[in-house]
Amino acid sequence: MRRNENNPIIDLISSLVAPFIMLFGLYVIFHGHYSPGGGFQGGTLLAASVILLRLSLGSDLGQGQFPSRLGTPLASLGVLIYYGTGLAALLLGGAFLNYAFIPFSVLTPLRRSWGILSVEIGVGLAVMAVLVAIYDDLLEGEPDA
Amino acid sequence: MKAANVLVLVAFCGLLIYAATGFPNRGDALSVTNRETSPAGTPNAPAHYIRRAKEEAHTDNMVTAILADYRGYDTLGEETVILTAGLICYLLLRRERSGHEKE
Repeated sequence: MRRNENNPIIDLISSLVAPFIMLFGLYVIFHGHYSPGGGFQGGTLLAASVILLRLSLGSDLGQGQFPSRLGTPLASLGVLIYYGTGLAALLLGGAFLNYAFIPFSVLTPLRRSWGILSVEIGVGLAVMAVLVAIYDDLLEGEPDA
Repeated sequence: MKAANVLVLVAFCGLLIYAATGFPNRGDALSVTNRETSPAGTPNAPAHYIRRAKEEAHTDNMVTAILADYRGYDTLGEETVILTAGLICYLLLRRERSGHEKE
């Protein structure tokens, strides 16, 4: 593989742009109730910002935002959030994934909305972690990639 | 061999385009999927979602409500598939991890 030549323009631009991509990813996840978006799309945007930093700064310097060792644990955590939301509803007397039984909010009607948000956060976390983990796996062992 | 590949590709492309010409127009109220009742006489799901999604799921975005609330099991399965894909990449690509350091 070609060595990383540390082009200052690429470094600067990607460092400037990556936080905004990350912010937009969070917006897409949390605003999915009102506008197009949701966990899958927001998670992909979060992963795009992390991978952009890794591409420009190199895999070693790019660890700051998201260390490689967190990939699989965070993906599992995201899936567990989803299953946990369903199981919480089950334990509190409802059917599996029936958000009306989760005590997120005092108002029963709003619980469905909060349940959807919790599920979307789990999906976003899992998608982001899996995409970054696959990128890291592909580059495993490459010198200075 | 290469000519056969191109031929198959063109044939599939033509088949897809031919199939796409049979789609109903967007927003066509008389197409089968947009009617109130299915051809068998049972009520159609989309009409219910369009009428009731806002008050049942308390979410303005109907797509999100269907994806995460009505079709919650489906999304759960999708997420599990993604996790499985990530784990398989981990298992296949990270070979020399537990043993000796790589040189």
